[in-house]
Amino acid sequence: MANLKITQLRKAYGDVEILKGIDLDINDHEFVVFVGPSGCGKSTLLRTIAGLEDVNSGHIYLDEHEITELAPAKRDLAMVFQSYALYPHMTVRKNMSFALDLAGVDKHSIDEKVKAAADILELTLLLDRKPKDLSGGQRQRVAIGRSIVRNPKIFLFDEPLSNLDAALRVQMRLELARLHRDLRATMIYVTHDQVEAMTLADKVVVLNQGQIEQVGAPIELYERPKNMFVAGFLGMPRMSFLDAKVKDVHSQSVDIELNNGTSLSLPIATQNLKSQSHVTLGIRPEHINLCEKESGDMQVTFDVAEHLGSDTYCYAKTHSGESLTIRENSETNVSAGESLGVRINTAKCHLFDQQGNAVGYAVDTEQ
Amino acid sequence: MSSHVSNHAKNSTHWMSRLLVMPSVSMLLLWMIIPLAMTLYFSTIQYNLLYPEDNAFVGFENYSYFIEDPGFWPGISNTLILVGSVLLITVVLGTLISVLVNTPFWGQGIVRILLISPFFIMPTVNALVWKNLLLHPVSGVFAHVWRFFGAEPVDWFAQYPLFSIIMIVSWQWLPFAILLLMTALQSLDQEQQEAARLDGAGIWSIFYHLTLPHLARPITVVIMIETIFLLSLFAEIFTTTGGGPGYETTNLAYLIYDQALLQYDVGMASAGGVVAVVLANIAAFFLIRAVGKSLTDHK
Repeated sequence: MANLKITQLRKAYGDVEILKGIDLDINDHEFVVFVGPSGCGKSTLLRTIAGLEDVNSGHIYLDEHEITELAPAKRDLAMVFQSYALYPHMTVRKNMSFALDLAGVDKHSIDEKVKAAADILELTLLLDRKPKDLSGGQRQRVAIGRSIVRNPKIFLFDEPLSNLDAALRVQMRLELARLHRDLRATMIYVTHDQVEAMTLADKVVVLNQGQIEQVGAPIELYERPKNMFVAGFLGMPRMSFLDAKVKDVHSQSVDIELNNGTSLSLPIATQNLKSQSHVTLGIRPEHINLCEKESGDMQVTFDVAEHLGSDTYCYAKTHSGESLTIRENSETNVSAGESLGVRINTAKCHLFDQQGNAVGYAVDTEQ
Repeated sequence: MSSHVSNHAKNSTHWMSRLLVMPSVSMLLLWMIIPLAMTLYFSTIQYNLLYPEDNAFVGFENYSYFIEDPGFWPGISNTLILVGSVLLITVVLGTLISVLVNTPFWGQGIVRILLISPFFIMPTVNALVWKNLLLHPVSGVFAHVWRFFGAEPVDWFAQYPLFSIIMIVSWQWLPFAILLLMTALQSLDQEQQEAARLDGAGIWSIFYHLTLPHLARPITVVIMIETIFLLSLFAEIFTTTGGGPGYETTNLAYLIYDQALLQYDVGMASAGGVVAVVLANIAAFFLIRAVGKSLTDHK
C-alpha cells in the first residue's frame, strides 16, 4: 500500500513563497506527474515529499502515518535525481547495495536483490564498473536500480530524462512506463516536458507559481482544461487564443463575435456568461483547417510554415493582428503573406472568461 | 614539389621553434646544472673557509665525515618525524576543519579568512611570535593558562623541543591544507549527499563514503606540496631552538647550515647537500608515483 496525502503544504525561502498551500492525493500504483514551467515549485514539492526540504506548514501522510517531520531515510521513499547522483567511487554493484549495506541487511539477500534489479534493468554485465565508465542511459538505469533494490513504497523522479539526448529519452520513457507496469509501483515524476507528462502519467498535476492549477488524467486535462494556463501549457504547438465578445447565450450554445468581426456559434452550455462580456476563445491547432478563401469562417494571412514531415504547422495572423496556429497535413504548402480561409471546428473550441477560467465545455465532448 | 616545399617549411618551423625555446631552456639548465655541479665539485675537495689555501681533492672523504657526524642520524630521523607529524596533523585537522566550515553559518566568510591567514605570516615572524608570546615559560600565553589552573608552566623548547617545532610548523601549514580542501569540498555534488541521506547514510557514513573519497586527490596534492617545503624546513628551527638542545631539533637542512656556516666547512656542507638532494629525490619518486596513481585513478 502506498497512499500519499498532502494537505495545505506551504514552503517559503525567506519572503519568497514557493509552495502556496498544496492539497493532493496520490493513490496506490498511480504514476503521477508534476508538470509546470520552471520555478513553479514542482521540484520543491517533490523534495518536501522526499524530506530533503523542511516545510513551513501543512502535513504529508503516507498510509495514514504522518511523515512531515520524518528523516528522509525513514520515509520508505526512493528518489532518482536529475544528475543521477551516483556515488563516483563505488562500483555499480556497490551503488545499488549501498542503502541495504547501511541498513545491515544480510549479504546473501543483498546479492539477490541487486541481481534481480540488475536483471530487470539489463545491468548484469556492468555490475563491476564505476559510474564514469557508463553512458548516460546506463547511469540512469543504475540510478533507477538503486531505487528498486530498496523496494520503496513510492518512487520519486526529479526530471530524470532531461540529461539524455532525444533518442535515448524516448527509449527511457518507454522503459519507465514498462517498469511502472511490471513493478506495479507508485511513482511521482517531475518534469517540464509535457510529452513525458502526457505519455507516462495516470494523473497529471499541473503546477503554476506554487499552486496546483489542475489535477486529472492526461486526456482530461488536454480536452477539458480548467483555465487558460493549463490549456496553453499542454499541447504542442500551443493553443491559440483569440479575444471575443459574447453576443448571445442559448441553453446549449453561445454566440460570440471575434475582434475581426467573425461570428461563431459554439455548442457550449453555460449559465455564467452575460451578453456583451469579454471572453477568450481557445482553439487547438488541430481543430482549425485551411479552406478556400471565401468558404471559411474567417480569413487569415500566413506568416511562417514549419514542415515536420508528418505535419505542417502554419503560423498565421487574423485581420485584427492576433496569432493563430494551424496544424495541417504534410502536403500543405502555403507561402508567407498568402491569404486563405480557415474553418474552425466549433465543437472542439474552449471558452474562457475574463479571469481565464473555462466557462464550460463543448456539449458533445461532455459525453 | 609541393610536398618538398611543405617539408621544408615544416623543417624550418621546427628549427625555428627549437631556436625560440633555446634561451629559456638553456637558462633553466644553467640555473640547475651550475649549482649542482659546483656542489658536487665542492663535495669532493677539502674546502674549509678557515684554511682557504688548501683545496686538495679528497674523494668521498667529505661524505664519510658527514655521515659519521654525530648529527647525521638524528638529522635524518628528525627530518622524517617532522615531515611525517606535520603532514599528519595538517591533513587530519585540515580535513575536519574544512568539512566543518563547509556548512553555511553566520560569519562563515570571516571564519574562513581567519583560518587561512596564518599562511600569510612569514615563517620567521611566526616562529618569533610562538617563541616569545605563546610558548615563553615566563611571559607566554600558555604559561599564563598553566598558572591559572595552578600548574607549573612548561618550558616548551627545553622539555619538548621537537614537539614545539612541529606545533609551530603545523600552525603555519594547516591553512594551506584547509585552503585546498575547502575549495575541493565546494565541488562535492550536493545531489550525491542527498541521495546518500535518502539511502539512510548518517553524517559519518556520508563523510566516510562520499566526502573522503572526493578529497583523496586534493589530499595527495597537499601531501606532495607540503613534503617538498617541509623537507627543507629551516627558518622555524633557526629562530627558535637553533637545532638544540643537542641535536634534538636538528634536521638535514639545519645540519648542512651548521656545517657550512658554523664550522666553515664548505666541502662537508656540500656533501650534505648532495645527500639531501638524493633523499629528496627518493621521497619525490615515491610521492610522484603515489600522487600520479591517485590522479589517474579518478577520472
